[in-house]
Amino acid sequence: MRETFTRCLQEEARRNPNLVLITGDLGFGVLFPYMKEFPDRFINAGISEQAMMSMAAGMALEGKTVVVYSIGNFPTLRCLEQIRNCCAYHEANVKIVCVGAGFVYGTLGMTHHATEDMSALRLLPGVTVYAPADRVETEAVMARFLTEPGVAYLRIGRGGEPVLREPTDVAGYKTGKAVPFADGTEAYILTAGGILASAVGARRLLAERGHSVGVVSFPTVKPIDEALIRELCARVPVIFTLEEHTIVGGFGGAVCETVCGFPENRARVVRLGMNDMYSSIVGSQAYLEAYYGLDDAGVADRVQAVLEGRA
Amino acid sequence: MNDEKSRQLAYRVRRHALDMTNRGGTSHIGAIFSMADIVAVLYADVMHYDPKNPKLPGRDRLVLSKGHAGAGIYAVLAESGFFPVSELETHCQNGSRLSGHVSHKGVPGVEVSTGSLGQGMPMAMGMAMAGKMNGQPHTVFCIIGDGECDEGAVWESALIANQFKLDNFVVTVDFNKIQSITTVEDTIKLEPLDQKWASFGWRAIRVDGHDHAALHRAYAEALAARGQGQPIVVIADTVKGKGVSFMENDVLWHYRTARGEEYDAAVKELEAQKP
Repeated sequence: MRETFTRCLQEEARRNPNLVLITGDLGFGVLFPYMKEFPDRFINAGISEQAMMSMAAGMALEGKTVVVYSIGNFPTLRCLEQIRNCCAYHEANVKIVCVGAGFVYGTLGMTHHATEDMSALRLLPGVTVYAPADRVETEAVMARFLTEPGVAYLRIGRGGEPVLREPTDVAGYKTGKAVPFADGTEAYILTAGGILASAVGARRLLAERGHSVGVVSFPTVKPIDEALIRELCARVPVIFTLEEHTIVGGFGGAVCETVCGFPENRARVVRLGMNDMYSSIVGSQAYLEAYYGLDDAGVADRVQAVLEGRA
Repeated sequence: MNDEKSRQLAYRVRRHALDMTNRGGTSHIGAIFSMADIVAVLYADVMHYDPKNPKLPGRDRLVLSKGHAGAGIYAVLAESGFFPVSELETHCQNGSRLSGHVSHKGVPGVEVSTGSLGQGMPMAMGMAMAGKMNGQPHTVFCIIGDGECDEGAVWESALIANQFKLDNFVVTVDFNKIQSITTVEDTIKLEPLDQKWASFGWRAIRVDGHDHAALHRAYAEALAARGQGQPIVVIADTVKGKGVSFMENDVLWHYRTARGEEYDAAVKELEAQKP
């Protein structure tokens, strides 16, 4: 995803002479091709996320499209009030990129686990939140992320994620649209971000166990695809949300807030993710996903338990 | 230097601010009075702007980072022709766009909204950075408070502005020596403040923030330093509550609103100083 991000960024920088990239002293290697091609439109603000985010807003108010790059919780929680006051309230063209969604930096410890960022960003009025699942979805949302006015947040993994989508799945992608992966008759698993892979794996396991479960990816978390959620709620009795993130106020929270507004709804929503907790143990992304029941088998077991009336 | 115009403007800023805070029942009069001469000099003689075209591309920008002194900015903008002076009467009234902490929404001449300290300065720095990138000749001015210098983002910005040689960026510290609960000295010491900024690579100019001739000289020096690759800070030694004897150097007037006899006495004192 990182490489796709850099490539799309360079393509847009060729089109838009006002595009500027600011990094908080991270992205060594990843940003190098951009730095080389656009040295005059690259700023390393050092390790100073608060000043960096306000500065980005100031530059945007002067006509720049400012892409701010960092990892983990640094471009989000560390400078949340700057995003609120300086960027969002001023409707500034600031595009915030977080590399390292969820447990991408699992071994680095709790400070580097990005598990509350979607909740934090989506609560700010005027901020669009993107969480693409793979490089195909990343490419699709990049075009919207960099060109639509206002503040936007892009949450991506590191690289090496499985490619699950075909370019035709996301052709002409529009902000706010969910992208179905496969249909099912008993339930749907809705996902945001790279964790789509676990939903796809769980779907296969569940099929082997005799259950038909659909999967839908939400490359845009805010604004959320309300129409599709409504349609799914009418189709199946239970909707699962899956995120490598806290279940409080994030993607699952967004789905719940949406569903509770449907007067006709009878579907249950079950949120899968981090249960309002930090991880004090470390490990690879795959290890921590399995540990917290967010891998193929863990998701399949929990979905099966619900479908069979055991949870 | 003929400072008649700026002294007249400073008087009117103080007079309006007294009425605005009285009417709105709001605080921060001390912090407005301490910077009144600074904004008056900037708008009377230093900054280039067109009140009929507030977004003039070549205008000088001013960001009030100590947003709690917003009434002072609204007053100086109204007096400079950006919007009718009569609108000042709506300050902090129900439904008004003139909030206690300065807001840019629908208010001609206000560049950005502030109120959370340590955010206006880096925004202004971003504006200066963009100005440099665009090769534009204008200057970005920013006024910060002394208490605001407790904020880490002020010093992050000081480092960054030096790194990028933002000599189109002129920050003024309204050094009135009193913050929210007590003095700066008894809260978080700042002295030697000019040396601190100088050690961050800034050209530091220290000046009496109520001496108009001295302020004029300081800003002339700041503008003349363009091209030397250094951001400029004007450390303005000021008196909190300057202009009304019983408000001066008293922490009470960070929060207090002049009402009744106090209001009448303040009006009388200000009018006695009318240039």
